[in-house]
Order: sequence, then C-alpha cells, then structure tokens
Amino acid sequence: MAALAFLGEGEDVAPVIQEILQQLVNGISLGSIYALVALGYTMVYGIIKLINFAHGDIYMIGAFTGYFAIKIFHLPFLPALVVAMVVAACLGILIERLAYRPLRNSTRIAALITAIGVSFLIQNVALLIWQPNPRAFPDVFPFRSYDLWGVYIDNRQLLILGVSVLLMIVLHYVVHYTNIGRAMRAVALDDDAARLMGIDVDKVISFTFAIGSALAAAGGVLVGVYYNRIDPMMGTMPGLKAFVAAVLGGIGIIPGAMLGGLVMGVAEVMVVALTESTWKDAVAFAILIIILLVRPAGIMGRRVREKV
Amino acid sequence: MLIVEELNVFYGGIHALKEVSFQVKEGEIMTLIGANGAGKTTTLKAISGLIRGRSGSIRYNGEDIASMPAHQIVRKGLSQVPEGRRVFADMSVAENLTLGAYHRKEAISIKSDLEWVYQLFPRLAERQQQMAGTLSGGEQQMLAIGRGLMSHPKLLLLDEPSMGLAPLLVKEIFEIIREINSTGVTILLVEQNAHMALSVADTAYVMETGRVVLSGRAAEVAANAQVRAAYLGA
Ligand SMILES: Nc1ncnc2c1ncn2[C@@H]1O[C@H](COP(=O)(O)OP(=O)(O)O)[C@@H](O)[C@H]1O
Ligand SMILES: [Mg+2]
Repeated sequence: MAALAFLGEGEDVAPVIQEILQQLVNGISLGSIYALVALGYTMVYGIIKLINFAHGDIYMIGAFTGYFAIKIFHLPFLPALVVAMVVAACLGILIERLAYRPLRNSTRIAALITAIGVSFLIQNVALLIWQPNPRAFPDVFPFRSYDLWGVYIDNRQLLILGVSVLLMIVLHYVVHYTNIGRAMRAVALDDDAARLMGIDVDKVISFTFAIGSALAAAGGVLVGVYYNRIDPMMGTMPGLKAFVAAVLGGIGIIPGAMLGGLVMGVAEVMVVALTESTWKDAVAFAILIIILLVRPAGIMGRRVREKV
Repeated sequence: MLIVEELNVFYGGIHALKEVSFQVKEGEIMTLIGANGAGKTTTLKAISGLIRGRSGSIRYNGEDIASMPAHQIVRKGLSQVPEGRRVFADMSVAENLTLGAYHRKEAISIKSDLEWVYQLFPRLAERQQQMAGTLSGGEQQMLAIGRGLMSHPKLLLLDEPSMGLAPLLVKEIFEIIREINSTGVTILLVEQNAHMALSVADTAYVMETGRVVLSGRAAEVAANAQVRAAYLGA
C-alpha cells in the first residue's frame, strides 16, 4: 500500500492498477489456504515419498469439525479452529497407522492406490453421514469490508492472512528449532542415518501426518468462513490444487509449498478476472503440465535428490 | 561386551552372512577386515538394527539385541558411524552434532561431549554453521565420527572411516580412533585398509564371502601368511 500513499483522500488509482491490486488481495487470501493444504502434501512427501491423496479429505473433515464445534458446541472461532486441527491431526495419524504403515516397504504405486482408496472411503462415509447438499457455515464474523483507496479487503480475508501467517511462523519454528523438527528433516534426508541417531522414525512420521493434517484442517475451517459453505466433496478440487501448488514450489520443500500456494491462488483469481470463471479449475492443471515440462523439480527445487 | 553367534543374514535370496560369530571385549579395538562384498557392512547393520538376521544371536552386555529397533539400540550405548559418512547434507555441522545427541536429556553432559568433539576435530569447530554437504570428504568423515560420539557411546562401530581419504588424513583419523579408545570407548572398526586397521587394533577377524575365516590378536593376524598375501600386499 505504500506505493499508493501519495494519493489524496477520495482519489482513485487508475482502474487497471486498482483491479490488479484487488485481484492480488483476493488471490493471496485464496492462495494462503492452498498453501496451508500444500504444506501437508509436501511434508508427507518429503518424509515417506507418498502423495497422500486423502489430504484434501482431511481438509474437508477439518471444515466439518469446525462447523460442528461452532454450530452444536457453540465454541467461538479460535477454540473451534483448534478443535478442528486436533481432530484432523488424530485422523492423519490414524490413516498413516492403518493404511500407509503396513505398505511402507511395498511399491510406491501400491501406496498411491491405497491413498486414493482412503480418499474415496472418507468422502463416501462423509456423504453417507452428512448428505451431499452443502451446509451454511456459521457466520462467525459478520462481513465487513474496508476500502483502501478503492481496493477492498474484508475481515475474513484478514483473518485468513493472519491465521495462515501465524501457523506458518509456528511451523517454521518447529521445523528448524525443535528436536522433533530436526528429526523430521533428518528422516527426510536419510532415514537410516536418522535411525542411527536414535530417532524413532515411526514416531516422526506420525508427527508429520499430525502437523500436515492440522494445517489442512485450518485451511478447511478458513474456507468455511470465507465462502460460507461446506460439503463432503469440498476437498477434492482444493486438494488437487494444493497438490499442484506443492509440486510447483518443489515437492518436499516447505517454503516451496508456501510460495506455490500463493502463486496458485493469485493465478486462479487472475484467470477468473480475465476470462470466464469456467476456466478457473483448468488453471491448476495448466500450471501442473507446464511445470512438469519446464521445471519438474519445482520453483525452489534444486536437483532431484535420490536416496542411496 | 558384544557377542555375535551364528548370525545369518539374507538379502532376498542372497545369503550375505553365513554363521558369523565373533566377540568384542570391553575396552579394546577390534577390527573386522575383508575385501569389498565380504559382508562387513551387513554385519554392522545387523548389530545396530538397520537390518534383521534370519537366525543367530547378538548379545550386548548380556542382552539380546537382535530384534531390538535401531533407535533403542543407540540408547543402550551402541553407536554406528555408517559407511559413506551419511551426514545430513542440508543441515549445519552444529545441527548434525545436535542430532547425534537426539535421545539424550542432560544438557550439561551433552555440552561437555560437544566440547570434546570440537577439541578432537578443531576443523568442525571452525565450521559449525557450514552445511554438512559442503564439507570436504575428510571433514564429513570427522563430522560423522563426531556425530556418532555425541550419543555418548560405550561401543562405537566405525564402517570404513578411511574410505576415499588422502593418506595423511587417514593417519589423522586413525590417531583419533586411538584417542577415542583411550577414553574408554570400545571400538569395532571395519576396514578395507587392513594395514592401518591391524596396526591400531588389539584383535582382528577376517571375513571372506560372508564368513569369518580367521581371527586372533591383531599382530598374529597381521603375521599370517595368507593375510599378508591377500590384504597386506606382502
Ligand atoms: N541391500 C542389498 N541388497 C542385496 N544385496 C546386498 C545389499 N547390500 C549388500 N548386499 C550384498 O551382500 C554382500 C555383502 O555386502 P556388504 O556387507 O556391503 O560387504 P562389505 O561391507 O564387506 O563390502 C555383497 O555380496 C553385497 O552385494
Ligand atoms: Mg562395506
């Protein structure tokens, strides 16, 4: 906003710039949510080289948990967010234990197919219990919009930005400055060497699923607040887009997932603004194809590291 | 201290260790020598729990550790410095050393071990914030040994610490191994460099294609005609 400070009261920026800034605000809000979800994909991939296709469904479960916490248990927003994150963390740990751990030493394709199966399972159970029709997410924050020289930002966008930035700072701290975080990085780099350090690799993998799932749940709750609606299939598209975001940033690289999420959000919003919204979901796949052709290691990826 | 009896290890259909038996006595340097592919690394991995034997026993201070998970074996005071160093390349020297002490809680003794490691390897002290992957081969080996020491082991397993190092560095590393041993740490040293290994060791075992074929005091093994012909180029 600093660049706009020279403008006087009531004076508007040229409409084009104004529109671009507006789309940036919208795109970064959406992108923060993609980033939160992308982090889970990238952390799990970094540690066990598995694309956890059930991740988008954990995000959905997070949104529903937040919904029930607010609607039925009348919790305020922040406690509801924490409850959703904790429930999702437990679900993530459970999925890893039951579905992925038994396949740890089998082929990658077997694990991948299992992940898709887990995703279908969660979705269908959710459809059965909660019905396919969307529900209105409780209106925790009455909509308010602020006009910054013709660029609008609303309180929900501010909430999304605030919560995402806070969670990412916490994540950065955990990963870089705690024992469990160091252990996570060590397992991702060389699991056998990590074992020789006395690291319980199974525990570290559980922890990684817990963190990734909690972040996805936060994304789910924020989306509920932002769009005011949730449904059992809500995880599919954002799940795929967040996965593309993780690949875009360089799968396995944490800052890459953050950057990839923001780029995806902005790209999607821009495309909607410039073309018809029917192109919206195609953006993700266009980006995926382009990265795979041009830079398969992702924006922040160096070489493709192979383990010995 | 460590007694391995009739250990058999398979990789799929490959019988990599055949009825391997040996022991390491408290306080000594024991060396396991043999050509490439003899089964030395496999032996160390079986001891530290990275792979499982099909049969046989591995007793450490009287306790059978053959089916114990690797991370618990480290807690018993048994630490392996793996072949090829395996330092955590994208982490700093200091972080690698911190990870070596992962399971320990007592900040004071961790700190004194860290000071000791930096004293043994002043070059690591100068490079605390450098990424391990950017160190030279010799420095990485020092880091791998230092990291192994940070778990405060009673028994240190070293897998080819001289591999790929210039002769002067090899000498330096062997002197440090002796120094570590002099503080009371028992050492099991795996080497292809039989000459150097036999010169520092108290006892020696020779492996060939998955079997122990000879053992004895290091000086005796070094004097053995077959060993001299096959490993010492004499
Ligand atoms: N992961 C593995 N899979 C299959 N065979 C292996 C594996 N690791 C080692 N081997 C085989 O086991 C034998 C012993 O290998 P190793 O213990 O590495 O020998 P050394 O350390 O003495 O050079 C060799 O024949 C080697 O080819
Ligand atoms: Mg070897």
